[in-house]
Amino acid sequence: MKTKALWLQGVSCNGNSHSFLNYEGLRELLSKVEFLYHPLLPSRLRIEDLADFTEDIDILVIEGAIKKEGFLRGKKEFFRLFQKLKKKAKYIVAVGNCASFGGVFKEYEADLTGVGYSKGEKIADFENLINVPGCPAHPEWIGSVLSLLCEGCEPELDELSRPAEIYSYTVHAGCLRNEYFEWKVDSATFGSKEGCLFYQQGCQAPYTGGNCNKILWNGVSSKTRAGMPCIGCTEPGFPSRDLFKTKTYMGIPARMPKGVPKRAYLTLTGVAKSFKIDRLNNPLMPKGPGCEKEES
Amino acid sequence: MSKPTKKEQRKIEIMDTALRLFSKEGFFAVTIADIAKELNMSVGNLYNYFSSKEALAKELIFYISKILGTKIREINMMDIKTKEKIEKIVEVYFNTAIERPELIDYFLRVYLSHKEIFKEGCEGMICVSPFVTEIMIFFEEGVRNSELRDQDFFTAFGLFMGYLGGMVYLKGEGMLPNDLKFYTRSISENIYRALKSED
Repeated sequence: MKTKALWLQGVSCNGNSHSFLNYEGLRELLSKVEFLYHPLLPSRLRIEDLADFTEDIDILVIEGAIKKEGFLRGKKEFFRLFQKLKKKAKYIVAVGNCASFGGVFKEYEADLTGVGYSKGEKIADFENLINVPGCPAHPEWIGSVLSLLCEGCEPELDELSRPAEIYSYTVHAGCLRNEYFEWKVDSATFGSKEGCLFYQQGCQAPYTGGNCNKILWNGVSSKTRAGMPCIGCTEPGFPSRDLFKTKTYMGIPARMPKGVPKRAYLTLTGVAKSFKIDRLNNPLMPKGPGCEKEES
Repeated sequence: MSKPTKKEQRKIEIMDTALRLFSKEGFFAVTIADIAKELNMSVGNLYNYFSSKEALAKELIFYISKILGTKIREINMMDIKTKEKIEKIVEVYFNTAIERPELIDYFLRVYLSHKEIFKEGCEGMICVSPFVTEIMIFFEEGVRNSELRDQDFFTAFGLFMGYLGGMVYLKGEGMLPNDLKFYTRSISENIYRALKSED
Protein backbone atom coordinates (compact mmCIF):
# COMPACT_ATOMS: atom_id res chain seq x y z
CA MET A 1 0.00 0.00 0.00
CA LYS A 2 1.25 3.47 -0.83
CA THR A 3 2.17 5.97 1.87
CA LYS A 4 -0.58 8.55 2.22
CA ALA A 5 0.58 12.14 2.18
CA LEU A 6 -1.07 15.51 2.04
CA TRP A 7 0.66 18.78 1.09
CA LEU A 8 -0.90 21.88 2.62
CA GLN A 9 0.25 25.43 1.97
CA GLY A 10 0.23 28.16 4.61
CA VAL A 11 1.50 31.63 3.74
CA SER A 12 3.75 30.61 0.90
CA CYS A 13 5.31 31.70 -2.38
CA ASN A 14 5.00 28.20 -3.86
CA GLY A 15 8.79 27.93 -4.02
CA ASN A 16 9.08 24.61 -2.23
CA SER A 17 6.34 23.05 -4.35
CA HIS A 18 8.31 24.04 -7.43
CA SER A 19 11.55 22.84 -5.89
CA PHE A 20 9.95 19.47 -5.19
CA LEU A 21 8.95 19.14 -8.86
CA ASN A 22 12.66 19.30 -9.66
CA TYR A 23 13.35 16.21 -7.56
CA GLU A 24 15.11 13.74 -9.83
CA GLY A 25 13.59 10.77 -8.05
CA LEU A 26 10.05 12.17 -8.18
CA ARG A 27 8.68 9.43 -10.47
CA GLU A 28 10.02 6.72 -8.20
CA LEU A 29 8.82 8.49 -5.08
CA LEU A 30 5.32 8.83 -6.52
CA SER A 31 5.25 5.07 -6.99
CA LYS A 32 5.57 4.77 -3.21
CA VAL A 33 3.60 7.75 -1.97
CA GLU A 34 0.17 9.06 -2.89
CA PHE A 35 -0.46 12.75 -2.44
CA LEU A 36 -4.11 12.88 -1.49
CA TYR A 37 -3.79 16.60 -2.02
CA HIS A 38 -0.96 18.64 -3.52
CA PRO A 39 -1.33 22.17 -4.90
CA LEU A 40 0.49 21.34 -8.18
CA LEU A 41 0.47 17.55 -8.65
CA PRO A 42 -2.66 15.70 -9.79
CA SER A 43 -4.38 14.46 -6.64
CA ARG A 44 -7.56 12.74 -5.51
CA LEU A 45 -8.83 15.64 -3.39
CA ARG A 46 -9.43 19.28 -4.08
CA ILE A 47 -8.49 21.91 -1.49
CA GLU A 48 -12.21 22.41 -0.79
CA ASP A 49 -12.52 18.73 0.18
CA LEU A 50 -10.07 19.01 3.06
CA ALA A 51 -12.61 20.57 5.44
CA ASP A 52 -14.57 17.30 5.54
CA PHE A 53 -11.56 14.99 5.29
CA THR A 54 -11.32 12.63 8.28
CA GLU A 55 -8.89 9.84 7.27
CA ASP A 56 -5.58 9.16 9.02
CA ILE A 57 -2.53 10.00 6.94
CA ASP A 58 1.14 9.10 7.12
CA ILE A 59 2.72 12.41 6.23
CA LEU A 60 1.42 15.96 6.42
CA VAL A 61 3.69 18.28 4.47
CA ILE A 62 3.37 21.95 5.40
CA GLU A 63 4.75 24.60 3.07
CA GLY A 64 4.65 28.26 4.13
CA ALA A 65 4.27 30.08 7.42
CA ILE A 66 1.48 29.46 9.91
CA LYS A 67 -1.08 32.25 10.27
CA LYS A 68 -3.67 31.79 12.99
CA GLU A 69 -6.45 33.99 11.69
CA GLY A 70 -7.76 35.48 8.47
CA PHE A 71 -5.97 33.23 5.99
CA LEU A 72 -8.21 31.03 3.89
CA ARG A 73 -7.51 27.80 2.01
CA GLY A 74 -10.46 26.35 0.08
CA LYS A 75 -12.60 29.09 1.62
CA LYS A 76 -11.84 27.73 5.10
CA GLU A 77 -9.51 29.04 7.78
CA PHE A 78 -6.10 27.54 7.05
CA PHE A 79 -5.27 27.26 10.76
CA ARG A 80 -8.34 25.11 11.45
CA LEU A 81 -7.42 22.78 8.58
CA PHE A 82 -3.90 22.57 9.91
CA GLN A 83 -5.06 21.88 13.48
CA LYS A 84 -7.30 19.09 12.27
CA LEU A 85 -4.86 17.48 9.85
CA LYS A 86 -1.85 17.53 12.19
CA LYS A 87 -3.76 15.27 14.60
CA LYS A 88 -4.36 12.81 11.78
CA ALA A 89 -0.74 12.66 10.63
CA LYS A 90 1.95 10.25 11.73
CA TYR A 91 4.65 12.73 10.64
CA ILE A 92 4.61 16.45 9.96
CA VAL A 93 7.24 17.61 7.48
CA ALA A 94 7.74 21.39 7.40
CA VAL A 95 9.35 22.24 4.07
CA GLY A 96 11.09 25.56 3.53
CA ASN A 97 12.21 28.20 5.99
CA CYS A 98 8.73 29.72 6.38
CA ALA A 99 7.13 26.45 7.53
CA SER A 100 10.15 25.69 9.70
CA PHE A 101 10.80 29.04 11.40
CA GLY A 102 8.52 31.73 9.91
CA GLY A 103 10.95 32.75 7.17
CA VAL A 104 10.58 35.67 4.81
CA PHE A 105 6.86 36.23 5.45
CA LYS A 106 7.47 36.66 9.17
CA GLU A 107 9.52 39.76 8.33
CA TYR A 108 6.32 41.39 7.12
CA GLU A 109 3.95 39.99 9.73
CA ALA A 110 5.63 39.23 13.05
CA ASP A 111 2.79 37.00 14.32
CA LEU A 112 3.49 34.38 11.65
CA THR A 113 5.43 31.33 12.80
CA GLY A 114 6.74 28.02 11.59
CA VAL A 115 4.96 24.79 12.52
CA GLY A 116 6.99 24.17 15.67
CA TYR A 117 9.32 27.17 15.87
CA SER A 118 9.14 30.93 15.71
CA LYS A 119 12.60 31.91 14.46
CA GLY A 120 14.77 29.74 16.75
CA GLU A 121 12.27 29.54 19.62
CA LYS A 122 10.37 26.31 20.08
CA ILE A 123 6.63 27.07 20.30
CA ALA A 124 5.11 23.60 20.11
CA ASP A 125 6.29 20.24 21.26
CA PHE A 126 5.78 17.98 18.26
CA GLU A 127 7.51 14.64 18.55
CA ASN A 128 6.70 13.86 14.93
CA LEU A 129 7.95 17.12 13.34
CA ILE A 130 10.74 17.16 10.79
CA ASN A 131 11.94 20.57 9.62
CA VAL A 132 13.39 20.78 6.12
CA PRO A 133 14.30 24.48 5.90
CA GLY A 134 15.73 26.27 2.90
CA CYS A 135 14.55 29.03 0.60
CA PRO A 136 13.53 26.91 -1.09
CA ALA A 137 14.49 23.57 0.41
CA HIS A 138 16.67 21.63 -2.01
CA PRO A 139 14.59 19.09 -4.03
CA GLU A 140 16.86 16.31 -2.78
CA TRP A 141 16.21 17.26 0.86
CA ILE A 142 12.43 17.09 0.46
CA GLY A 143 12.58 13.96 -1.69
CA SER A 144 15.03 12.07 0.48
CA VAL A 145 13.14 12.80 3.73
CA LEU A 146 9.84 11.67 2.19
CA SER A 147 11.52 8.54 0.74
CA LEU A 148 13.00 7.69 4.11
CA LEU A 149 9.62 8.01 5.82
CA CYS A 150 8.03 5.86 3.09
CA GLU A 151 10.58 3.17 3.98
CA GLY A 152 9.50 3.36 7.61
CA CYS A 153 12.75 4.99 8.71
CA GLU A 154 13.09 8.16 10.73
CA PRO A 155 15.99 10.56 10.16
CA GLU A 156 18.15 11.56 13.12
CA LEU A 157 17.32 15.17 13.93
CA ASP A 158 19.41 18.07 15.21
CA GLU A 159 18.39 20.57 17.92
CA LEU A 160 16.17 22.42 15.40
CA SER A 161 14.36 19.24 14.34
CA ARG A 162 16.28 19.14 11.04
CA PRO A 163 17.68 15.91 9.59
CA ALA A 164 21.26 15.83 10.89
CA GLU A 165 22.55 14.10 7.79
CA ILE A 166 21.66 17.16 5.74
CA TYR A 167 22.06 20.05 8.16
CA SER A 168 24.94 19.19 10.44
CA TYR A 169 27.41 20.01 7.68
CA THR A 170 27.87 23.69 7.00
CA VAL A 171 27.41 25.08 3.49
CA HIS A 172 31.10 25.95 3.75
CA ALA A 173 31.90 22.22 3.37
CA GLY A 174 32.43 21.64 -0.32
CA CYS A 175 32.85 25.32 -1.20
CA LEU A 176 35.45 25.68 -3.94
CA ARG A 177 36.70 28.88 -2.32
CA ASN A 178 38.01 27.17 0.80
CA GLU A 179 41.63 27.79 -0.15
CA TYR A 180 40.87 31.52 -0.13
CA PHE A 181 39.10 31.17 3.22
CA GLU A 182 42.11 29.39 4.71
CA TRP A 183 44.52 32.11 3.63
CA LYS A 184 42.09 34.98 4.23
CA VAL A 185 42.04 36.24 0.67
CA ASP A 186 38.88 38.30 0.12
CA SER A 187 36.74 38.50 -2.95
CA ALA A 188 36.55 42.23 -3.44
CA THR A 189 33.74 42.16 -5.98
CA PHE A 190 30.39 40.46 -6.18
CA GLY A 191 30.20 37.64 -8.72
CA SER A 192 33.95 37.08 -8.88
CA LYS A 193 35.07 33.47 -9.23
CA GLU A 194 38.10 33.98 -7.03
CA GLY A 195 38.45 34.96 -3.39
CA CYS A 196 36.44 34.16 -0.30
CA LEU A 197 33.01 35.74 0.13
CA PHE A 198 33.04 35.55 3.95
CA TYR A 199 35.07 38.66 4.76
CA GLN A 200 33.31 41.33 2.74
CA GLN A 201 30.42 39.90 0.76
CA GLY A 202 28.34 38.64 3.69
CA CYS A 203 28.68 34.90 3.02
CA GLN A 204 27.00 32.92 5.84
CA ALA A 205 28.21 29.49 4.71
CA PRO A 206 30.61 28.93 7.66
CA TYR A 207 27.69 29.00 10.12
CA THR A 208 24.80 27.77 7.99
CA GLY A 209 23.72 24.14 8.04
CA GLY A 210 23.21 22.40 4.69
CA ASN A 211 24.93 20.21 2.17
CA CYS A 212 24.14 22.28 -0.95
CA ASN A 213 27.83 22.73 -1.79
CA LYS A 214 28.21 18.95 -1.75
CA ILE A 215 25.15 17.87 -3.73
CA LEU A 216 24.82 21.14 -5.71
CA TRP A 217 21.67 22.56 -7.28
CA ASN A 218 20.47 20.68 -10.35
CA GLY A 219 23.72 18.77 -9.92
CA VAL A 220 25.51 21.73 -11.47
CA SER A 221 26.28 24.68 -9.21
CA SER A 222 25.75 26.48 -5.94
CA LYS A 223 25.50 30.08 -4.82
CA THR A 224 29.12 30.33 -3.72
CA ARG A 225 30.37 28.62 -6.86
CA ALA A 226 28.57 31.21 -8.94
CA GLY A 227 29.95 34.12 -6.89
CA MET A 228 26.90 34.71 -4.72
CA PRO A 229 27.30 34.57 -0.93
CA CYS A 230 25.31 32.01 1.04
CA ILE A 231 22.38 33.87 2.62
CA GLY A 232 21.79 31.41 5.46
CA CYS A 233 18.37 30.23 4.28
CA THR A 234 18.33 27.05 6.38
CA GLU A 235 18.80 28.85 9.68
CA PRO A 236 16.16 30.31 12.04
CA GLY A 237 17.56 33.84 11.74
CA PHE A 238 16.88 33.96 7.99
CA PRO A 239 16.53 36.43 6.37
CA SER A 240 19.07 38.67 8.02
CA ARG A 241 19.51 42.32 7.03
CA ASP A 242 22.35 43.54 4.81
CA LEU A 243 22.69 40.14 3.17
CA PHE A 244 25.63 41.14 0.99
CA LYS A 245 27.77 42.77 3.62
CA THR A 246 29.75 41.07 6.38
CA LYS A 247 29.00 42.67 9.73
CA THR A 248 32.27 43.33 11.51
CA TYR A 249 33.37 44.90 14.76
CA MET A 250 36.64 46.68 14.17
CA GLY A 251 37.33 44.46 11.19
CA ILE A 252 36.56 41.22 13.03
CA PRO A 253 33.57 39.22 11.71
CA ALA A 254 30.63 39.56 14.11
CA ARG A 255 29.82 35.85 13.73
CA MET A 256 32.40 33.12 13.95
CA PRO A 257 32.34 29.92 11.89
CA LYS A 258 30.06 27.38 13.59
CA GLY A 259 31.54 25.99 16.79
CA VAL A 260 34.82 27.90 16.47
CA PRO A 261 35.77 29.97 19.56
CA LYS A 262 36.73 33.58 18.85
CA ARG A 263 40.25 33.18 20.27
CA ALA A 264 40.91 30.12 18.14
CA TYR A 265 39.63 31.86 15.02
CA LEU A 266 41.63 35.05 15.62
CA THR A 267 44.82 33.15 16.39
CA LEU A 268 44.52 31.13 13.20
CA THR A 269 43.57 34.08 11.00
CA GLY A 270 46.41 36.15 12.48
CA VAL A 271 48.86 33.46 11.41
CA ALA A 272 47.26 32.97 7.97
CA LYS A 273 47.29 36.72 7.31
CA SER A 274 50.99 36.85 8.14
CA PHE A 275 51.74 35.13 4.85
CA LYS A 276 50.93 36.34 1.38
CA ILE A 277 50.25 33.48 -0.98
CA ASP A 278 50.94 34.87 -4.43
CA ARG A 279 48.98 32.21 -6.29
CA LEU A 280 45.82 33.18 -4.43
CA ASN A 281 46.42 36.92 -4.28
CA ASN A 282 46.99 37.29 -8.00
CA PRO A 283 44.07 36.61 -10.36
CA LEU A 284 44.11 33.07 -11.74
CA MET A 285 42.49 34.33 -14.93
CA PRO A 286 43.62 37.95 -15.35
CA LYS A 287 41.84 38.21 -18.72
CA GLY A 288 38.68 36.47 -17.58
CA PRO A 289 37.51 32.94 -18.51
CA GLY A 290 37.70 33.75 -22.24
CA CYS A 291 34.26 34.58 -23.56
CA GLU A 292 33.78 38.16 -22.36
CA LYS A 293 32.71 40.51 -25.13
CA GLU A 294 33.23 44.20 -24.99
CA GLU A 295 30.01 46.12 -24.77
CA SER A 296 29.37 48.20 -27.86
CA MET B 1 47.46 25.20 33.38
CA SER B 2 49.69 22.18 34.08
CA LYS B 3 52.93 22.67 36.01
CA PRO B 4 55.93 23.17 33.71
CA THR B 5 58.29 20.19 33.42
CA LYS B 6 61.86 20.47 34.64
CA LYS B 7 63.03 21.05 31.07
CA GLU B 8 60.40 23.73 30.47
CA GLN B 9 61.35 25.36 33.76
CA ARG B 10 64.99 25.43 32.69
CA LYS B 11 64.00 26.92 29.35
CA ILE B 12 62.16 29.72 31.14
CA GLU B 13 65.26 30.37 33.29
CA ILE B 14 67.38 30.66 30.15
CA MET B 15 64.92 33.08 28.56
CA ASP B 16 64.67 35.22 31.70
CA THR B 17 68.47 35.37 32.00
CA ALA B 18 68.88 36.20 28.30
CA LEU B 19 66.34 39.03 28.56
CA ARG B 20 68.12 40.46 31.58
CA LEU B 21 71.51 40.36 29.85
CA PHE B 22 70.17 41.77 26.57
CA SER B 23 68.58 44.64 28.45
CA LYS B 24 71.79 45.38 30.40
CA GLU B 25 74.48 44.83 27.74
CA GLY B 26 72.55 45.12 24.46
CA PHE B 27 71.29 42.33 22.24
CA PHE B 28 74.28 42.20 19.87
CA ALA B 29 76.89 42.36 22.64
CA VAL B 30 75.62 39.25 24.44
CA THR B 31 76.61 35.81 23.15
CA ILE B 32 75.17 32.38 23.82
CA ALA B 33 78.35 31.70 25.84
CA ASP B 34 77.61 34.72 28.07
CA ILE B 35 74.12 33.44 28.78
CA ALA B 36 75.42 29.94 29.52
CA LYS B 37 78.08 31.33 31.85
CA GLU B 38 75.52 33.38 33.78
CA LEU B 39 73.48 30.21 34.26
CA ASN B 40 76.45 28.03 35.20
CA MET B 41 75.71 25.68 32.33
CA SER B 42 77.79 24.56 29.38
CA VAL B 43 77.32 26.15 25.97
CA GLY B 44 76.62 22.69 24.53
CA ASN B 45 73.86 22.13 27.03
CA LEU B 46 72.28 25.50 26.23
CA TYR B 47 72.17 24.54 22.57
CA ASN B 48 69.98 21.60 23.62
CA TYR B 49 67.36 24.20 24.45
CA PHE B 50 67.90 26.73 21.66
CA SER B 51 69.64 25.84 18.43
CA SER B 52 70.96 29.39 17.88
CA LYS B 53 70.79 32.91 19.23
CA GLU B 54 68.31 33.68 16.46
CA ALA B 55 66.06 30.82 17.54
CA LEU B 56 66.24 32.12 21.10
CA ALA B 57 65.43 35.65 19.89
CA LYS B 58 62.26 34.41 18.17
CA GLU B 59 61.15 32.33 21.09
CA LEU B 60 61.67 35.28 23.41
CA ILE B 61 59.22 37.46 21.56
CA PHE B 62 56.60 34.71 21.71
CA TYR B 63 57.36 34.29 25.43
CA ILE B 64 56.84 38.01 26.12
CA SER B 65 53.72 38.10 23.98
CA LYS B 66 52.32 35.18 25.97
CA ILE B 67 53.03 36.85 29.33
CA LEU B 68 51.26 40.07 28.26
CA GLY B 69 48.51 38.15 26.41
CA THR B 70 47.70 36.11 29.53
CA LYS B 71 47.34 39.28 31.62
CA ILE B 72 45.12 40.99 29.04
CA ARG B 73 43.04 37.84 28.71
CA GLU B 74 42.30 38.05 32.44
CA ILE B 75 41.11 41.63 31.91
CA ASN B 76 39.01 40.60 28.90
CA MET B 77 37.26 38.00 31.05
CA MET B 78 36.27 40.60 33.68
CA ASP B 79 32.70 41.80 33.76
CA ILE B 80 33.58 45.51 33.69
CA LYS B 81 33.12 48.44 31.32
CA THR B 82 35.50 48.96 28.42
CA LYS B 83 36.67 52.22 29.99
CA GLU B 84 37.82 50.32 33.08
CA LYS B 85 39.44 47.65 30.92
CA ILE B 86 41.49 50.36 29.20
CA GLU B 87 42.82 51.54 32.53
CA LYS B 88 43.65 47.99 33.58
CA ILE B 89 45.50 47.30 30.31
CA VAL B 90 47.51 50.51 30.74
CA GLU B 91 48.29 49.46 34.31
CA VAL B 92 49.41 45.99 33.20
CA TYR B 93 51.65 47.45 30.51
CA PHE B 94 53.24 50.06 32.79
CA ASN B 95 53.60 47.63 35.72
CA THR B 96 55.36 45.20 33.42
CA ALA B 97 57.63 48.00 32.24
CA ILE B 98 58.42 48.87 35.89
CA GLU B 99 58.71 45.38 37.36
CA ARG B 100 60.19 43.54 34.38
CA PRO B 101 61.58 46.30 32.15
CA GLU B 102 63.60 43.77 30.19
CA LEU B 103 60.36 42.41 28.61
CA ILE B 104 59.14 45.70 27.14
CA ASP B 105 62.71 46.72 26.40
CA TYR B 106 63.22 43.63 24.28
CA PHE B 107 59.95 44.19 22.47
CA LEU B 108 60.69 47.82 21.64
CA ARG B 109 64.46 47.78 21.15
CA VAL B 110 65.06 44.35 19.66
CA TYR B 111 61.86 43.03 18.06
CA LEU B 112 60.55 46.28 16.58
CA SER B 113 63.97 47.68 15.73
CA HIS B 114 65.64 44.62 14.17
CA LYS B 115 63.04 42.99 11.96
CA GLU B 116 65.80 41.29 9.96
CA ILE B 117 66.28 38.82 12.83
CA PHE B 118 62.62 37.90 12.81
CA LYS B 119 61.81 37.90 9.12
CA GLU B 120 61.77 34.10 8.89
CA GLY B 121 59.66 32.32 11.45
CA CYS B 122 58.12 35.44 12.95
CA GLU B 123 56.32 36.74 9.87
CA GLY B 124 53.49 39.17 10.46
CA MET B 125 51.74 38.38 13.71
CA ILE B 126 53.02 34.86 14.27
CA CYS B 127 55.28 35.57 17.24
CA VAL B 128 53.06 38.22 18.81
CA SER B 129 49.81 36.36 18.24
CA PRO B 130 48.89 35.67 21.92
CA PHE B 131 49.12 39.40 22.67
CA VAL B 132 47.50 40.76 19.49
CA THR B 133 44.65 38.22 19.70
CA GLU B 134 43.68 39.50 23.15
CA ILE B 135 43.85 43.11 22.00
CA MET B 136 41.60 42.16 19.05
CA ILE B 137 39.10 40.59 21.44
CA PHE B 138 39.22 43.67 23.67
CA PHE B 139 38.43 45.95 20.69
CA GLU B 140 35.82 43.63 19.19
CA GLU B 141 33.89 43.41 22.45
CA GLY B 142 34.13 47.16 23.03
CA VAL B 143 32.59 47.86 19.62
CA ARG B 144 30.02 45.06 20.01
CA ASN B 145 28.88 46.67 23.29
CA SER B 146 28.70 50.06 21.54
CA GLU B 147 31.29 51.48 23.95
CA LEU B 148 33.95 51.94 21.28
CA ARG B 149 33.69 53.38 17.77
CA ASP B 150 33.84 50.95 14.86
CA GLN B 151 36.95 51.62 12.79
CA ASP B 152 39.91 49.91 11.17
CA PHE B 153 41.63 47.63 13.68
CA PHE B 154 45.15 48.90 13.05
CA THR B 155 44.30 52.58 13.46
CA ALA B 156 42.92 51.76 16.91
CA PHE B 157 45.72 49.31 17.72
CA GLY B 158 48.39 51.85 16.72
CA LEU B 159 46.78 54.56 18.80
CA PHE B 160 46.63 52.36 21.91
CA MET B 161 49.88 50.42 21.74
CA GLY B 162 51.94 53.09 20.01
CA TYR B 163 51.00 55.49 22.80
CA LEU B 164 52.00 53.05 25.57
CA GLY B 165 55.19 51.99 23.79
CA GLY B 166 56.11 55.64 23.27
CA MET B 167 55.69 56.48 26.96
CA VAL B 168 57.82 53.52 28.07
CA TYR B 169 60.44 54.51 25.50
CA LEU B 170 60.51 58.09 26.82
CA LYS B 171 60.86 56.76 30.35
CA GLY B 172 63.71 54.52 29.24
CA GLU B 173 65.44 57.54 27.70
CA GLY B 174 65.12 59.38 31.02
CA MET B 175 62.90 62.04 29.51
CA LEU B 176 59.84 61.69 31.74
CA PRO B 177 59.81 63.83 34.88
CA ASN B 178 57.48 61.41 36.67
CA ASP B 179 57.12 57.70 37.29
CA LEU B 180 55.06 55.82 34.69
CA LYS B 181 52.30 55.16 37.24
CA PHE B 182 51.78 58.91 37.52
CA TYR B 183 50.45 58.92 33.94
CA THR B 184 48.17 55.85 34.07
CA ARG B 185 44.92 57.69 34.75
CA SER B 186 45.37 60.52 32.21
CA ILE B 187 46.67 58.23 29.48
CA SER B 188 43.76 55.83 30.01
CA GLU B 189 41.37 58.76 29.77
CA ASN B 190 43.00 59.98 26.55
CA ILE B 191 42.85 56.53 24.97
CA TYR B 192 39.22 56.11 25.96
CA ARG B 193 38.26 59.53 24.60
CA ALA B 194 40.02 58.83 21.32
CA LEU B 195 38.34 55.45 20.83
CA LYS B 196 34.94 55.81 22.44
CA SER B 197 31.69 55.61 20.58
CA GLU B 198 30.24 58.94 19.55
CA ASP B 199 26.68 57.99 20.55
